[in-house]
Amino acid sequence: MQEGKIIYINGPVVRASGMRGFTMREMVMVGEKKLIGEVIALNKDVATIQVYEETSGVRVGEPVIGTGKPLTVKLGPGIIGNIFDGIERPLSRIYKEGSAFIPPGIGLISLDEEKRWDVEILAKEGDYLNEGDVFAEVAETSMIVHKVMVPPGIKGRVISVKSSGNYTINEVLAVLEDEGKTFELRMCQEWPVREPRPVKKRMAIEKLLVTGQRVIDTFFPLAKGGTAAIPGGFGTGKTITQHQLAKWSDADIIVYIGCGERGNEMTEVLEDFPKLEDPRTGKPLMDRTVLIANTSNMPVAAREASIYTGITIAEYFRDMGYNVALMADSTSRWAEALREIAGRLEEMPAEEGYPAYLASRLAQFYERAGYFENLNGSEGSITIIGAVSPAGGDFSEPVTQATKRVVGAFLALDRELAHARHFPAINWLLSYSGYVKMLGDWYAQNVADDFLSLRAKMLSLLREENKLMDIVKLVGEDVLPDDQRLVLEIARVLKMAYLQQNAYHKEDSFVPLERQYKMLKVIEKLYDRATSAIKKGIPLAKVKNEALFNDIIMMKYNLNFDDLSSKIDEYFDKLESMYKEGAQYES
Amino acid sequence: MKVRYIKLEQVEGPLIVLQDVKEAAYDEIVEIEVPGRGMRMGKVVEISGDKVIIQVFEGTSGISLDKVSVSFTGSPMRIPLSKEILGRIFNGIAKPIDGAGEIYSEKTYDINGRPINPVARLYPRNFIRTGISAIDGLITLIRGQKLPIFSGDGLPHNELAAQIVRQAGISGEESKNFAVVFAAMGIKHDEADFFVRSFEEAGVMDRVVMFLNLADDPVVERIITPRCALTAAEYLAFERGMHVLVIMTDMTSYCDALREISSAREEVPSRKGYPGYMYSDLATLYERAGIIKNSGGSITQIPILTMPNDDITHPIPDLTGYITEGQIVLSRSLYQLGIYPPIDVLPSLSRLMKDGIGAGYTREDHPDLANQIFAAYSRVQEVRALAQVIGEEELSETDKCYMEFGRRFERIFLSQKFDENRSIEKTLDIMWDLLKVLPRSEITRIDPALVNKYLGK
Repeated sequence: MQEGKIIYINGPVVRASGMRGFTMREMVMVGEKKLIGEVIALNKDVATIQVYEETSGVRVGEPVIGTGKPLTVKLGPGIIGNIFDGIERPLSRIYKEGSAFIPPGIGLISLDEEKRWDVEILAKEGDYLNEGDVFAEVAETSMIVHKVMVPPGIKGRVISVKSSGNYTINEVLAVLEDEGKTFELRMCQEWPVREPRPVKKRMAIEKLLVTGQRVIDTFFPLAKGGTAAIPGGFGTGKTITQHQLAKWSDADIIVYIGCGERGNEMTEVLEDFPKLEDPRTGKPLMDRTVLIANTSNMPVAAREASIYTGITIAEYFRDMGYNVALMADSTSRWAEALREIAGRLEEMPAEEGYPAYLASRLAQFYERAGYFENLNGSEGSITIIGAVSPAGGDFSEPVTQATKRVVGAFLALDRELAHARHFPAINWLLSYSGYVKMLGDWYAQNVADDFLSLRAKMLSLLREENKLMDIVKLVGEDVLPDDQRLVLEIARVLKMAYLQQNAYHKEDSFVPLERQYKMLKVIEKLYDRATSAIKKGIPLAKVKNEALFNDIIMMKYNLNFDDLSSKIDEYFDKLESMYKEGAQYES
Repeated sequence: MKVRYIKLEQVEGPLIVLQDVKEAAYDEIVEIEVPGRGMRMGKVVEISGDKVIIQVFEGTSGISLDKVSVSFTGSPMRIPLSKEILGRIFNGIAKPIDGAGEIYSEKTYDINGRPINPVARLYPRNFIRTGISAIDGLITLIRGQKLPIFSGDGLPHNELAAQIVRQAGISGEESKNFAVVFAAMGIKHDEADFFVRSFEEAGVMDRVVMFLNLADDPVVERIITPRCALTAAEYLAFERGMHVLVIMTDMTSYCDALREISSAREEVPSRKGYPGYMYSDLATLYERAGIIKNSGGSITQIPILTMPNDDITHPIPDLTGYITEGQIVLSRSLYQLGIYPPIDVLPSLSRLMKDGIGAGYTREDHPDLANQIFAAYSRVQEVRALAQVIGEEELSETDKCYMEFGRRFERIFLSQKFDENRSIEKTLDIMWDLLKVLPRSEITRIDPALVNKYLGK
């Protein structure tokens, strides 16, 4: 093992001399406490190291020991349902082993190596296995079958294999031979976090990531394999939106990265998810969820790494053929970690103190999303949904702008809406999704042919309302003609009945697509019938029947869509015939 | 035997630089003896080879390059703690200033604390009744929460904080288990006196621990003050099982001290000259609130900050809001109308409220009712803006109702006396009364069954 000596300490940045033989991005152990660090620059025999733990108490002259490999994570059964820190150390085990606080110098621990798993071996002696091939299966949780794969870069003929049974992750299950060399296959493998895992090819994005959130699924859809950013100032509901997506989206696996956010929020997930049922399988949501936690008071360098740890885990499950959704809350804290380390390295700052490579790092991260054909021929996807916390809620700041350039969907959260308790506070004028066109066929096949035209109609209604509101703010609503006032009324219904969604209501927290479509149809019917009634000269005061409008606003709780539809018809039929008679009478 | 260093290389702002140091540890505490001026404390903030940069807490004035002696203590700053700290007053670096002697304890505690493992936390769900309608009804405080007050210069944040302490702490059945830790950073003498007096009047002085760094005390000490206070709070909460309320004021002075040190160290500044690590630094304070499983106690934080120029997008309130679990925002325009407490409920928020109210906690109607009041008051702002343009007479009938709702909301619900302690039932009942002003069709956020129950058919 190589060894250097510490010569400089400044927070998470440490320099050591005698480091000639070390490699860039090598993982090292720093000081007597053996803090985990990573080499981020080499200059003659001096290496600069970012340390993933508190450096308080470290002295000059203490050793730096190399590990000979880059920062890697261990991948195998035991990941799902667990909570890890930014470099994949299991927090529940750290808690069990001692204190409620996280001490420095825990060393490198990751997956449980004692636990025995029930393994079903699929490969037989004499089989030829390629990289990525599945040779065994483990039921990791009630929902997830963990497919044990040949690591990338390895292939060969099976010369010996164990029979199905109970094994720990480090036991050799099979041995491959290729051109005279042998490889031992275990249940776990390691992978450097900063390197994307290889795939066969990238495929087109054409499937909706169903989230059960009306404003998202209908107006600003996310796609399996796509990317999205959720920017918003504090208190606008980023975290609740991320939690809602983690709970209800129809991905197979959720990787949730709490990156520089509140400790209590991670605890909330830990307490709630085991109790919540997946709406599709009825199993506890925790059985498909992995948490990576680097709360805001945990070491900042590990915050930088947490995003990569998360995406590597996501890629590993994608390789098994799963659709993985990764939530990063918040990417701004990650960017700030970059800035903090760059500042300590005295790098030349670009905009607002962020390093010049901010945009390229962000792009590299988001590009690890996609819909792929894997090495073993299966199909899998990674969807990345990153929260952004712009300083002062101002979207023109560098992280929001750099993110906007690389993501496919942009769900802008709005402070005004949040203040009015309009949740989710997704602003329908600022948000967009680039996936609408790609998903056209999907909507037609899975929801209805007219879904996208319905969507377009409602969006233009909202845009028109916005224009009219500019006038109303100056002169009041009364001066508008009835047809324009109707637009305001229907937009109000659309906002209250449809765009607002109650995350804490049993029926409303998750709404399946067919129900979303039905609700939208009810609103459309109201809009059409009311418009034609106004055209026939019926005054708005009559058209706007309080009871009927209120019923429609409350339909998300009452779920009486078919009734409502006939109620609307009944009401307007009666109204129109009354006015027809009146008109005849008058003439 | 400790090594002493007699010669300094450089003195600049709050920093001193030593050369030829053999064995310094990062973050360790040093003692600096200045002839004729006594002992000072400092901390190692950077080590580069045999050169060490030290930040001096009490400031560097009077230090010369030759006539000082510096010795290294070998560990980060630790303070002795025992249950005797209750009722005591300390300065900003935890030295007793009330003349009642030192604290003796076998155990000393690292003031930097350690991050709480999220697995060890218990999610806060118990509401604290403050007796203040705006807070209990709309921005409910939860035990274990960190809920700052965003204020401005000259606004009554101190009164509000004192009222919360008085009404929240002593009325509960767990009053024996209740303690207040008060950290003052750069506040004026009369403000500190106000707190002492109001604690005395409430008869809780023997359950209060005070750490005072006042406006004329050394600036750098301010970095240490909240850490000492939170270490004391952690001791009381997690080792003694007490429910601790921590008041930290004024966080703006703390951040300014941070900026001063950062600029002395010639670090790359981010927004408005504040250091890039201010978010992480503030988080190491705020995240020390919470509940730990099986400890029996809790830490609830109410940090107070004055927003420079009343600007909520200023980096200090902005970064704070991203870390804390909501905020209580005070409004100058409400205060000018003579309304106390002048809480602007629309930008205010309690993130933990959703899990601590409703059936089994406060009352079944609370969540929907709060939601409706927020929505209605937000509508009032729009109507008022319109009324300014076209005149109140020209408003539609519904909008006129909203104008009346707004007036009643501010005069009846928001306004209360400095010593008025409302029950949660009273607060919720006032909220229903407010809704009676509005047409029934405007009540769209409450379960119709509840509306019928509380407002009649």
